[in-house]
Amino acid sequence: MRGVVKRVGTGVAVLAALCGLYTGYRWLWMTTGWTWPFVVDDITMPSLDSIVGALFDPVQTDGQTLLSLLVESSLFTAREAALGFAMGSIVGFALGAVIARFVVLQRGLMPYVVASQTIPILAIAPMVVVGLGNIEIGGWTPTDWLRVSVISAYLTFFPVTVNTVRGLQSADPRAVELMRSYASNEWGIFWKLRLPSALPYLFGAFRVAATASVVGAIIGELPSSIQDGLGGAIINFNQYYVLNPQNLWATNLVAAALGIAFFLVVVAVERLVVHRPPERFA
Amino acid sequence: MTTPETVVSLAGVTKTFPKGGVTAVQDIDLDVGRGEFISLIGPSGCGKSTLLRIVGDLVSPSAGTVSVNGKPAARARLDRDYGIVFQAAVLYDWRTVTKNIALPLELLGWNRTTRRARVAEMLELVELTGFERHYPWQLSGGMQQRVSIARALSFEPALLLMDEPFGALDEMTRERLNLELLRIWAETGSTVIFVTHSISEAVFLSTRVVVMSPRPGKIAGVVPIDLAQPRGVTTREDPRFFEHVTSVRELLHAIGADSIEPTLVEGFE
Amino acid sequence: MSTVVVDERPAHLTRLTKSVRSWLPAAVVFATGLVSWQWLLPDVAGIESFLLPRFSDVMDALWTERDALRTGAWITFKEALGGLLLGSVAGIAGALALARWRPLGSALMPYFIAANAVPVIAFAPVTNAWFGTLSPWSKIVIAAVLCFFPVLVNTLRGLTSVHPSSIELMHSYAASERATFWKLRIPTSMPFVFTALKVAAVLAMIGAVVGDFFGGSTEALGVAIQSSVALSRYEVAWAAILVASLLGIVLYSGVALLERFLIRWLPAARDD
Repeated sequence: MRGVVKRVGTGVAVLAALCGLYTGYRWLWMTTGWTWPFVVDDITMPSLDSIVGALFDPVQTDGQTLLSLLVESSLFTAREAALGFAMGSIVGFALGAVIARFVVLQRGLMPYVVASQTIPILAIAPMVVVGLGNIEIGGWTPTDWLRVSVISAYLTFFPVTVNTVRGLQSADPRAVELMRSYASNEWGIFWKLRLPSALPYLFGAFRVAATASVVGAIIGELPSSIQDGLGGAIINFNQYYVLNPQNLWATNLVAAALGIAFFLVVVAVERLVVHRPPERFA
Repeated sequence: MTTPETVVSLAGVTKTFPKGGVTAVQDIDLDVGRGEFISLIGPSGCGKSTLLRIVGDLVSPSAGTVSVNGKPAARARLDRDYGIVFQAAVLYDWRTVTKNIALPLELLGWNRTTRRARVAEMLELVELTGFERHYPWQLSGGMQQRVSIARALSFEPALLLMDEPFGALDEMTRERLNLELLRIWAETGSTVIFVTHSISEAVFLSTRVVVMSPRPGKIAGVVPIDLAQPRGVTTREDPRFFEHVTSVRELLHAIGADSIEPTLVEGFE
Repeated sequence: MSTVVVDERPAHLTRLTKSVRSWLPAAVVFATGLVSWQWLLPDVAGIESFLLPRFSDVMDALWTERDALRTGAWITFKEALGGLLLGSVAGIAGALALARWRPLGSALMPYFIAANAVPVIAFAPVTNAWFGTLSPWSKIVIAAVLCFFPVLVNTLRGLTSVHPSSIELMHSYAASERATFWKLRIPTSMPFVFTALKVAAVLAMIGAVVGDFFGGSTEALGVAIQSSVALSRYEVAWAAILVASLLGIVLYSGVALLERFLIRWLPAARDD
């Protein structure tokens, strides 16, 4: 119990320190008028209280507060990100499992898996989203947020694939020999040995994928003019940035919170599922 | 009580680890004279490795005094009066054999020419001339340990502390390295404290074998080994060798060393 | 006297089969991919040209637009490189500082991990406001921020994951903290740093291109991609995407080469 209190206390202290740093920097630069690295004024660095205040101001003529708008947008984006995470993880895991099994595939496919990550998804996002809108499977067209999930999945599958391969191959060869001595077939070895050994690596990938899926969802929304999510909010507030910089900053903070929330969920699940000896750091 | 002939003196040394409250060693009294070869032997959990580290000031005792070369252990460490060899060679992957051996010399501030000369001497001593530019991963386990020994001796410490250095090696390599270690010991005239759990190794190498009992670690007995020096391949066939091994073994049995109770992993915090 | 078993076959033949075996599968996949792109997808699967134009069309566009693409590539490459350098130096410096003052490091670590979760894209409008939309600095900063956290976290991990026995060894030599730092922790962390740099190289490129999406010099790659899409010139867009992707690979390989050169002591190179 005391450990939790200590940790929360440190977290709050650090947060307070960061806010202090931001406000201090702002005050110093505004008082002295320094222009390097950039000019500091209410537009380039809005004050913290104005950002918080903006959350409770109505954002449109219909009177909805910024905060409530952002919460709604976050939920919308969260849905896309969650689905993208799930799809990307499943595909990534399957691909990784197949690659780990057949070394030939590893040599053949891994360079492209790696290279695929060099393609700026923001560039191909519009095409993917629009293109998927044209497929028809028995009269059903994927809705727009489903298509954004695909972008989110794209960013997720890479770390999952790489870590699945590494994790499944990380089983101690002697442990494998032991299983063989029990006349276990490849499936048995997979389920009872390789998969459990791969879990730490998998969760390492899930941590990265958690945040990547949120990033992917937001990126997917940007070019496809979907208004309902955080990406749409960013585009909107970007347009009117000079008039109301607080809105964009507030959106960024909410986006950060969403990414962090996903990450924390993964960490919580990891605590329950993986029993790892504490890492020893010197 | 310390005379110039006593290199290491332990009096009432006790160590209790705060974590878990385990008493690793208790009331250890031991004097090691110059030029002796002392083996510490005992079952797991008897604190022999901890004791070695206390001598080396890598672990501080909870009670008792430790003096090395007439100084407190901490001073001796700062004066670099001893060299230590671990069970794992602990070589640095990014350094060649030469640079690994030169590590303590660099820390001592020796200049390059003197370093190079000394490293060459050491390589000759452990019979690894020609491997100067090899990396640790290119060497076998036995060779890595020889580099580790060369490194420990490179600055000519009077005292050598060894923690089961040959434990991870096969029997044949181990016997060969035992002979080499004795040769080096004779050539350099150093004092050695050697931790092992091989009875034959302890008897073969030592002038005295210290048997320790576990939980808490105490000295159960000391067996002086009066076999002729220099020892060689034929020493193991000497009937008196067998007698000494038997004495040590009986002492170990007497303290219950043949029981298989589980013991906790020793912590070195 | 080492006991290494010698391979019976002649050395040059073994080497040849080994290298062929390593790149053949990738080459096969490449060829298959190319064939699909050119014929399978457009003709058989009926993929529209705006989704993925035929390979030959993209190549044509690449050739006709080569001047514009070359200028754009250079601009964006400089932004990415600048961001990579800035972010990596900052990340390494930060890690060195945090390794020195350990409690600060562990207190801040969760924040670093969380900060990595922020979609930096959301930050682009802000950097535009800071440095002006046309300035390369707004893109450099985005690329730098993308690089900063992976480099910081990994370098810190490398600096602190030293073997306890190695530390004990240094203690036995009564080595100073500074000597231990330079002779032990830094070399130990090199592999970690390079892993992070490779990831950072790719991220920097993406950051530069994505930064362009929010406005930039009209010739930069990202802007070229966006304007081509807006004008429905998909072949040009894809050509630009290819160039961007290639630049990312170039940057990655550059770091990998540097790694190979600096960390010669690592045993069998493991493919990443």
